[in-house]
Amino acid sequence: MNKAQRSPLFHISKRGSLPWYAVWGIRGGSLLVALVFCGVITSLVTGENPLQVYAAIFEGSFGTTRKFWVLLQNISMLLCVSLAVTPAFRMRCWNLGGEGQALAGALAAAACMICLRNSLPNWAVILLMIVTSILAGAIWAGIPAFFKAKWNTNETLFTLMMNYVATQLVAYYCVVWESPKGSGQIGIINPNTHIGWFPQIGPYKYLLNILIVAAVCIAMYVYLSYSKHGYEIAVVGESERTARYVGIKVNRVIIRTMLLSGALCGLAGLLLVGSTNHTLTPNIVEGRGFTAVMVSWLAKFNPIWMILTSFLLVFLGRGAGEIATNFSLNQSFGDILTGIILFFIIGSEFFINYEIHFRGSGKKEG
Amino acid sequence: MDNKIPAVQMRDITKRFGSVLANDKVWLNIYRGEILALLGENGSGKTTLMNMLSGIYFPDEGTIAIDGKEVVIRSPKDAFDLGIGMIHQHFKLVDVLTAAENIVLGLPGKLDLKAAAEKIRGICSAYGFEVDPDQKIYDMSVSQKQTVEIVKVLYRGADILILDEPTAVLTPQETEKLFAVLRNMRNDGKAVVIITHKMHEVEELSDRVAVLRHGQFIGDMPTAKTSAQEMTNMMVGHPVVLNIKRPEPVNPRPRIEVEGLTVRSIDGYLKLEDVSFTAYSGEILGIAGISGSGQKELLESIAGLQPVEAGSICYIEDDGRREQLLGKDPLSIAQMGVSLSFVPEDRLGMGLVGNMDLADNMMLRSFRSGKSMFTDRKTPHTLAETVVHDLEVSTPSVSTPVRRLSGGNVQKVLVGREISSAPTVLLTAYAVRGLDINSSYTIYDLINRQKEQGVAVIYVGEDLDVLLELADRILVLCGGKVSGIVPGRGAKKRDVGLMMTKLGGKSDE
Amino acid sequence: MFDIISFIPRAVVQGIPLLLGSTGETLTEKSGNLNLGIPGIMYVGAISGVIGSFFYEQAHGADLNSLVAILIPISCCLLGSLLMGLLYCFLTVTLRANQNVTGLALTTFGVGFGNFFGGSLIKLSGSELPSIILTQTSNCFRRSLPIAEKLGWFGKLFLSYGFLTYVAVIIALAAAYVLRHTRTGLHLRAVGENPNTADAAGINVIRYKYAATCIGSMIAGLGGLYYVMDYASGVWANNAFGDRGWLAIALVIFTVWRPNVGVLASFLFGGLYIVHMYIPSGMNLAVKELYKMAPYVVTIIVLVLSSMRNKRENQPPASLGLAYFREER
Repeated sequence: MNKAQRSPLFHISKRGSLPWYAVWGIRGGSLLVALVFCGVITSLVTGENPLQVYAAIFEGSFGTTRKFWVLLQNISMLLCVSLAVTPAFRMRCWNLGGEGQALAGALAAAACMICLRNSLPNWAVILLMIVTSILAGAIWAGIPAFFKAKWNTNETLFTLMMNYVATQLVAYYCVVWESPKGSGQIGIINPNTHIGWFPQIGPYKYLLNILIVAAVCIAMYVYLSYSKHGYEIAVVGESERTARYVGIKVNRVIIRTMLLSGALCGLAGLLLVGSTNHTLTPNIVEGRGFTAVMVSWLAKFNPIWMILTSFLLVFLGRGAGEIATNFSLNQSFGDILTGIILFFIIGSEFFINYEIHFRGSGKKEG
Repeated sequence: MDNKIPAVQMRDITKRFGSVLANDKVWLNIYRGEILALLGENGSGKTTLMNMLSGIYFPDEGTIAIDGKEVVIRSPKDAFDLGIGMIHQHFKLVDVLTAAENIVLGLPGKLDLKAAAEKIRGICSAYGFEVDPDQKIYDMSVSQKQTVEIVKVLYRGADILILDEPTAVLTPQETEKLFAVLRNMRNDGKAVVIITHKMHEVEELSDRVAVLRHGQFIGDMPTAKTSAQEMTNMMVGHPVVLNIKRPEPVNPRPRIEVEGLTVRSIDGYLKLEDVSFTAYSGEILGIAGISGSGQKELLESIAGLQPVEAGSICYIEDDGRREQLLGKDPLSIAQMGVSLSFVPEDRLGMGLVGNMDLADNMMLRSFRSGKSMFTDRKTPHTLAETVVHDLEVSTPSVSTPVRRLSGGNVQKVLVGREISSAPTVLLTAYAVRGLDINSSYTIYDLINRQKEQGVAVIYVGEDLDVLLELADRILVLCGGKVSGIVPGRGAKKRDVGLMMTKLGGKSDE
Repeated sequence: MFDIISFIPRAVVQGIPLLLGSTGETLTEKSGNLNLGIPGIMYVGAISGVIGSFFYEQAHGADLNSLVAILIPISCCLLGSLLMGLLYCFLTVTLRANQNVTGLALTTFGVGFGNFFGGSLIKLSGSELPSIILTQTSNCFRRSLPIAEKLGWFGKLFLSYGFLTYVAVIIALAAAYVLRHTRTGLHLRAVGENPNTADAAGINVIRYKYAATCIGSMIAGLGGLYYVMDYASGVWANNAFGDRGWLAIALVIFTVWRPNVGVLASFLFGGLYIVHMYIPSGMNLAVKELYKMAPYVVTIIVLVLSSMRNKRENQPPASLGLAYFREER
């Protein structure tokens, strides 16, 4: 009897809105809790003093000048892919194909370096690399976009599948272009002539990438927030019917935005091949297409905040790698820590969007 | 009757949504063997109150007693166990399942669709329904879906039935049938609650009427002892003069000429058939018809949002030049220099973007202006401030997301934006749906002002009384065809009502 | 020469992890949860089982009780994947987080988890090779009926597999039956299609989402275990499981959310996955990489075709990927 009469213990309702400082306070707080939790876990696994663990995480990114540059390079590459997928996300089009689109770009760049090295001068090769890789990324995103626009084919699953098609395509060319024969790998392309290698700014190997991505970041921010295209993307994302009502051509916006998304992924692939790695492997993108989804979402699709979130993820990854090396753990430990921190941050969004009312707190039964 | 224990007794019920007080200490009794009409304006909290009875919402404060015993309804399941069944305005049916599957949804025990189909047929023959248990919901018409909903509730043996505006989607014949069924149920000793704001339904069907206003319980009384005027006064809170001004059209000229318009839905149903009419400048052309008779398709065809099978829609300029609007999308219509404004039925799903603020919503119409690739943010911002000021929109600021505003304010923002572009044609669909009386009158005023400025207004409405007072001419649609066009002045409500249900409106008898 | 008699059993063995993964994901998706964490969950399921049997083998050396040797890894595997499923549900159902992001984070975590503990065990075992070898346990898993040998091609095609193979097929058929013909299945489909309606009908949406996702995770986790114990003969090597988890998700689309179709489709996918080894390509090794593309390309084609035909029954569950909140206004 009594049971039937008891009210629910608590009940959840949607929040109106929180001031921005409370929102970021909650996010920051959850990050802090996550870091403490990770510290505890690591100490348990390694038996080390947690402070040493944190020191090691810090070491991973800021330990030496070289590590710092690598940090910046990794941030810029992750940021580039994240910036690329963001316009699609703003349109509520879940482009999970960043990986494949970047690979397509990388493949095109490598193809130019390998096939044209004997027939064209260096500057022409570089120019063609830029054009073809951006085009390749755009095409890779354009295919699912076309079907999405035409028949509303589920883009999440389509782009996901396109990743593996790209991976196998690259694997194919890795064998076709293998060097030396029989290795199944391409190795460094044009190691002596440096044809198709992007120029280096002074002694800084990664500076060019960083500058390019910084420029893309600012441009993307302006594009999304202030341009007519950016406004159209926002309207389509909120409601396709509204977009049609005001005369926005929804299909055109979907395809255009996905092409842009793919083109920027292609750029990321280009930078990886032309500017840093000078080679091509099926895993050259290192899962950034997926990490980018989280970077973009954590920053609420705001390009400027994405600098911070991509820093966060790269910093954690590098730190976890450092822990792994220092305490002779497996490198995968980093993924575990990254996963845990993501869980905390993802979970914390709940407290931003909802509030919990406890009821009957005055009553005697618990 | 007065000494009977009520089937349902709601005491001191309060419910808040954020800062909005939807129900404020409401008392309500529901008796068996009685049809109770729950009356109130849109937004007065009728549906919210009933949702708490059916377990969709949980009250913040207050108690509910069933047959004199206090209960806690935490979920729809609790409500079913207590014999409460609610037929929602938006049907709660799963499209890809069959009628039988939907009807047995949520019940315990082994799944036996054959036995269920038998029982469904039994219920159908008892009350005179027609339901094919194996038909998929997505193949059904609106009234078929509603029948499934009612059968579903009966199947569960509910003896307290709540119907939320059940007649909004029905034809008069279907409504008659439904009312007969409801009377049957009352005579069976069931408690029936019907949520409505249509006065004639209250008078025709109910035994008792209870009135809510702004979330508060105003009073209840036997239907026989009250009048439409008294009920309206209780609903609105002050004596209302149902009186809308109607200035004479000045210098009307043909503006929009529709010829033989025929539209088919994606599924191949004929939505409009051979519709022809002319709308004049400086005049309000009212469109009457049962919901779903093609009003939406008609407006959307003119606005360039609806693929058309045959016919022509001509826009006639002041100097007599004619422009064909057919086959053009909203953008190219605007680029032709035709200033056409459209206030659609679905405000937050089509006319506005709920998550954007007022200023950004103003920009929806104007964001393309200028050659620069960047948007002009200043003009819409100023416009938003003007609209807020002129139409007395109550909002914290122009940077508040529109979805946070109340229905009336949302509509003011939408109408304000649409008339700000100084249109020559204004299309409105159900412009006052869901608005309180005061906001409704603001909207009528705005529309009248447009008319006086020489705009050709096409006004789709559902309230015949308003149409008869506001429109200069009334076009009546019936099943996608023009049943007739009558002058607004002097038209009889009964005649228009007949035309809505029957082409030409002449009865056989 | 294309040797069909030896090809089919290999395709089946290759297909079973995909079948388990896709059956699990189908159940999950039917509840409206798009769990992109399945690849991670399959890793966790596999490594949990490996950890269990590793310690059992260490403790008991040669004289394994085959029943215990089977039960320990299976229970460890189920527990590990259940915890992953619970984590996903807690984040997406209770806390209503974005499903795509949560799923991807879960995959990052799960793959890391698998490889980390895999690596740790390898170190613990002091092995020279970068792998853990659990031959004895694997033999228990792979034991097939003795009469299979005597029945020639029939035995080879139908009876030559370990028991988990048959279990996987039974699970898939049972899942199909439950979805199609039982009240639980009906309720689950309603939850995935239209949680509001299901809720109003008195179905506990949260409970169904939790149950379907957790059971789905456990089934998928078994797929990971099957891969190690049966397919790979008890050898765990980091990253060897590869991208099969994503292929399982592809299979869900390919089978238009029908686990019974999944039985044959998974064998087809398994076949496509290894067909490159059977097609004579001469000296051209590169072409094999192109053959590996086949399952994904086929899936894309199915996805496109089903969206073009636009038949209501073949569409993804309508509320797939959306969080449910009853008082949404």
